[in-house]
Amino acid sequence: MLLKRLTEAAGLPGIEDEVRNLIREEVKDLVDEMRTDALGNLITFKKGKVAGPVVMLAAHMDEVGLMITYIRSNGLLSFKPLGGVDTRVLVSKKVLIGPDKIPGVIGSKPIHLQVPSERRNAIPLSSLYIDIGTENKEEAEKLVSIGDGAIFDTKFAEMGEGCFKGKAFDDRVGCAVLIELLKRDYDLPIYAVFTVQEEVGLRGGSVAAHDIDPDLAIIIEGTTASDVPGISEHYHSTSLGDGPAISLMDRSVITDRRLVQGLVETAKENELKYQFRRTSFGGTDAGSVHLTKEGIPSTVISVPCRYIHSPVSLMNINDYETLTELLDKYLQKIAKGGF
Amino acid sequence: MKLEKFLAQLTEIPGVSGYEGQVGKVIEEAFSPYIDEIRKDNLQNVIALKKGTGENRPSIMLAAHMDEIGLMVLKIEEKGFLRITSVGGVDHRTILAQEVIVHGKKPLHGIIGAKPPHLQEPDERTKAVKMDDLYVDLGLPEEKVKELVRVGDLITIHREYISLHKNRAAAKAMDDRAGVALVLEMFKELEYLKHSVDVYGVATVQEEVGTRGAFTSTYGIMPDLGIAIDVGHGHMPEILKEEDTLKMGEGIGIGLGPHVHPKIFKKLKELAEELNIPFQIEPSTSPSGTDAYAIQITQSGVPTALLSIPLRYMHTSVETLDLEDIRTSARLLANFIARIDKEFVEGLKCF
Repeated sequence: MLLKRLTEAAGLPGIEDEVRNLIREEVKDLVDEMRTDALGNLITFKKGKVAGPVVMLAAHMDEVGLMITYIRSNGLLSFKPLGGVDTRVLVSKKVLIGPDKIPGVIGSKPIHLQVPSERRNAIPLSSLYIDIGTENKEEAEKLVSIGDGAIFDTKFAEMGEGCFKGKAFDDRVGCAVLIELLKRDYDLPIYAVFTVQEEVGLRGGSVAAHDIDPDLAIIIEGTTASDVPGISEHYHSTSLGDGPAISLMDRSVITDRRLVQGLVETAKENELKYQFRRTSFGGTDAGSVHLTKEGIPSTVISVPCRYIHSPVSLMNINDYETLTELLDKYLQKIAKGGF
Repeated sequence: MKLEKFLAQLTEIPGVSGYEGQVGKVIEEAFSPYIDEIRKDNLQNVIALKKGTGENRPSIMLAAHMDEIGLMVLKIEEKGFLRITSVGGVDHRTILAQEVIVHGKKPLHGIIGAKPPHLQEPDERTKAVKMDDLYVDLGLPEEKVKELVRVGDLITIHREYISLHKNRAAAKAMDDRAGVALVLEMFKELEYLKHSVDVYGVATVQEEVGTRGAFTSTYGIMPDLGIAIDVGHGHMPEILKEEDTLKMGEGIGIGLGPHVHPKIFKKLKELAEELNIPFQIEPSTSPSGTDAYAIQITQSGVPTALLSIPLRYMHTSVETLDLEDIRTSARLLANFIARIDKEFVEGLKCF
């Protein structure tokens, strides 16, 4: 399954190689042109039948994780988060390090030796390290290097009813949607871009947009869903199973009203579920893309995912499929009447 | 069965205190080729016996607990989320964003969640998420959850056994399935040794909630000598002091303190030295926390010792140990058994 392969692959900011290679293999026979740029964005192009509008669809390949920053004399590894990771989710987890996927664990001080007050506070990053079973630096250096990335070791699998669990749904679900769309043919010229380094400051998106100079850009994301206990309904940023989430704004962008309207109308015309993303928290590639050159009309549409930026997230498969259908219909619509 | 394979199989099975049935079954099967008799007592302790040679044989009991810490369903919330509580000493900070199995009418995969980071105040990030604020998400609608899950159902962490560098490995429930694996290795070693004493290998229940299985199993066996095999805190650089911990891969910790009979300690230590088997001394001032606590004070009292496998990150789902510590100490234990006799056992009562 495409989503399984994509989400289980490693792709940390600046170290997207495994995901990029996987996608390249997947789309090489589907597109008219394909190249990488100076940052490592994978840019694919399908000519279509008409001159425009030129559409850029983008999803980022990178996921949040850890970077090995130091190898200690006792063989344990120091690390720092690569992208936004709440350090509280790291405790008692397994990670895979570097290109050889060396297994390691992040343990913590046994409960028996804690004073009760310790348990009220989060364990600080400075008290965490990765244990790969080596006893000294020399031994460890044979297996890992400073600068290696570490990903969570999470298997993709069906869970509950119509749901899937796995890691890196932000944003491999977006990559998967793009690949699905590349399998279909449209009249419009379409650039499908798999960007790098979104998680460390929306770095790849603007560079790709600069070269492509599209008439409009749609960013496809996996976004936070907060429809969980203890959260009032008006704080539910998105809800699982209520359809793809259309963004009005986030911390990085106010999305183009025409595009939002077009997506909403398309959803209504085709009786497809949709919801608005009801928080302005977080940034997306649209933030850097819409400010490229003299400005590029941009919007974001996402699959709601609970527990993003943690070792394991949860998504509803219907939301993913509906998002793909909605974009499919929208691309057909603007091929006829513009946006 | 090879040590690592057995340990991997054993640690992945759910067996929270009081619900050790599945684990017990696997242990019975694994022990059977090497022993003469096996039975379960009323608390479901698994008691294996390998008989010694000769008449009026003294007996030794080796105890390792097979239960693990875990969680329990406290309430089914609206929309089917589960509120939880702990069974045994769970640090709530180690279970956030953890995959779990809820043992309902059928095993259900779940994720432990909490309030999303974007809805937290900045200072909340430095605080631990409280157990009360954690929940299990099953990805199921409420009606379905109510059909499959009941309050009181048990939850275990979903963790596959992890082979680390060389002899190191990590898993959940190494505490104390590693001890059970050590007992099995010891039975295997005994195949090649002559021993005059009857050897009881016991996989005890409910240690994590108060060494309860050890009380009843010791009562039933009433051994002349008892050794509890558990895990001890392995050295965690910069987090635990070297002097308070056991070094990883440098042999088993031989307990020393009020709960350990001085003559057994001496014999174990001298034998390890004689056979060149690595060991460490683990002094402790109180008898709390292991099956040795129960064994020592059963009926008229039992001369007791404690062996501790060095283990890092105790009571997390990545408990880490060195397999070599199990192998070397199994050899020590088997040789100890081969060397003890009626005379030694009788001497234990003479102070």
